[in-house]
Amino acid sequence: MTDLQLPAWAPWAMGIGLAAFIGMVALSVRRNHGVKRSLFAAPYTLWMFIFTLLPCILIAYYAFTDANGHFTFNNFSSFWDSNYIMRENLRTVAGDEMAATVARGSVNVDTLVYSLWMAFLCTAVSLVLGYPAALFMADRKMRLGPTLVVLFIIPMWMNFLLRTIAWMSLLEDNGLINAFLQWIGIGKMQLMYNQQAVLLGMVYNFLPFMVFPIYTSLSKLDPKLAEAAQDLGCNEFRTLYKVTVPLSLPGVISGITMVFMPSVTTFFIPRVLGGGNTRMFGDLIESTFKTAGNWNLGSALSLIMMVLILISLSILRKADPNGEGGGIV
Amino acid sequence: MKKMICALLIAALMLPVCALADEVVNVFNWEDYIDEAVLEQFEQETGIKVNYMRFTENEDMIISVESNPGAFDVVFPSEYMVERLFNRGELAEINFDNIPNFANIREDLKNPSYDPGNAHSVPYMWGTLGILYNTKLVDEADVQSWSVLWNPKYAGQVLMMDSLRDTMGIALIMADPENSMNCTDFTQLSAAKDLLIQQKQAGMVKAYGVDEFKDKMVAGEGALAVVYSGDAEYAIELNEDLAYAVPQEGSNIWVDSAVIPISAKNKENAEKFIDFLCRPDIAAANVQEIGYCSPNAAAIDLLGDEYQSNPVMNPSDEVIARCEYYHDLDETWLNIYTTLYSEVLSAKVN
Repeated sequence: MTDLQLPAWAPWAMGIGLAAFIGMVALSVRRNHGVKRSLFAAPYTLWMFIFTLLPCILIAYYAFTDANGHFTFNNFSSFWDSNYIMRENLRTVAGDEMAATVARGSVNVDTLVYSLWMAFLCTAVSLVLGYPAALFMADRKMRLGPTLVVLFIIPMWMNFLLRTIAWMSLLEDNGLINAFLQWIGIGKMQLMYNQQAVLLGMVYNFLPFMVFPIYTSLSKLDPKLAEAAQDLGCNEFRTLYKVTVPLSLPGVISGITMVFMPSVTTFFIPRVLGGGNTRMFGDLIESTFKTAGNWNLGSALSLIMMVLILISLSILRKADPNGEGGGIV
Repeated sequence: MKKMICALLIAALMLPVCALADEVVNVFNWEDYIDEAVLEQFEQETGIKVNYMRFTENEDMIISVESNPGAFDVVFPSEYMVERLFNRGELAEINFDNIPNFANIREDLKNPSYDPGNAHSVPYMWGTLGILYNTKLVDEADVQSWSVLWNPKYAGQVLMMDSLRDTMGIALIMADPENSMNCTDFTQLSAAKDLLIQQKQAGMVKAYGVDEFKDKMVAGEGALAVVYSGDAEYAIELNEDLAYAVPQEGSNIWVDSAVIPISAKNKENAEKFIDFLCRPDIAAANVQEIGYCSPNAAAIDLLGDEYQSNPVMNPSDEVIARCEYYHDLDETWLNIYTTLYSEVLSAKVN
């Protein structure tokens, strides 16, 4: 951690924001000779301003300044070349010759690419597992459907940190799964502290975010459509992929977004289940802030990730322009 | 009538506050780092009220101290943080006439290199960095060297510490036993980084972490772990198969000390409090409560043979001689350390 030094204008920005907000409220009251209905949204607007908009502005400010508050692009150079600051530092303490021996560092870029890859894997696995689950849940002929919904919701009442830590006692060398494997004669396996364990933890935690949007759009489907398809000679399978799947696409897209976004930014799961062997972008940002104490670089990394997420959101929005999949995109 | 009762009630409530308000000492210590009964005893014996506050990281502590001048009278930084506070001119000189019990502190911990002249700090707890190992899985002869962490015999069984200075320090010693753990030679630092990446990619490391590993070792989940001696003691007490070693090439010796910020408002009370902590019976009570090693020789005598003969709690002179303190790195070198270490953490295991 480093000293939290807000830029000098931060209190001003907050003050001006507040004043503008109060002014707008006062104006709308005056103009309508009474309380306007949109006034009821005021607390939320204020909330969004203080806790969403202002932090974003601060992140952008830090990303484009150095430790002394001067404008700079160095933080973005540091993203591309993770050895950038170190090389500059070496120049001052060990001379140009030593500094020249330092090649471009690819830590930040590689970690981002790895995170995107892991998030892609996690989304793909969640979709493959989640779609059939949603089909079962939404099927009116299945008695088990509502029970399945409840079973999916109950674990979400627990904090995800606890659920992730609980996986440790299952996967450990002397954990439940290994004890079972040994009992049936297969022998112990290294289940934890690798990429597969991290993927398992991510899929486990984010699967409900895939299942529920799909479930919602499936259960809104008119069963008569499927019946009509069958009347016209489609078998069950053909009905599924000609009628049901295309009509549930908005839910699928919503699910993909809901899983992909937290997957890219994951930072606790890789540390607990990956044991630091698989560092993802979220961990990198956290340690840039906490261990390295470099708020400017940390903000630049966050900003790059935010932009990437916004881009992927806008692409997905094209596929579901009416927000039918729950309007999350 | 009602008003009068109210006034009386308020006066009655104020009374104990007034009685205690004149003499206070504001203490800022690590989480879980004292026997709280000791604080009450201090209040009873001296009539000075203790405002006890806690922190969890040196870096958090220094922010609090710098942004709240006058709020703290006694603070407990680690050795490199004592150095940083001193270099920033934030430490008051301690009047050792008021601390007669300072005589109880081990001679070899007095006048340390992080506080030359020993005018600003009084050691509170101390220990070493070493290897906690499972005697059923690891040969005792192997742990006499840090190279055990690179030994293919124990591939996939090493629990490394996710700590910049400690991990880089060990690798620096491995790169060349002549290296200091405070090395500022980029060639050596680069070599240390390469060693750590090689160790990771050779599949030696099971995981990187900090606090959770003592419990993992107790549960038999690893063969070797890099830990602080206090954590080693905790684990050994819970699992008799475990043992602790400080490798021959040398290691880190850490000391958490009591210091008085220059902004302290109750300096004399602070000195009384520090002196109280140096009293053998009080230091012994703290050791028994938190399980770390006390620099207080008289307290160790008081605790008896079990503690005196325990090499984890009470390292021999020979061990101390081969260990060194961490010194505060300036921002430039700290950044170089951090960048190299970040590369280790991001290296891919195949």
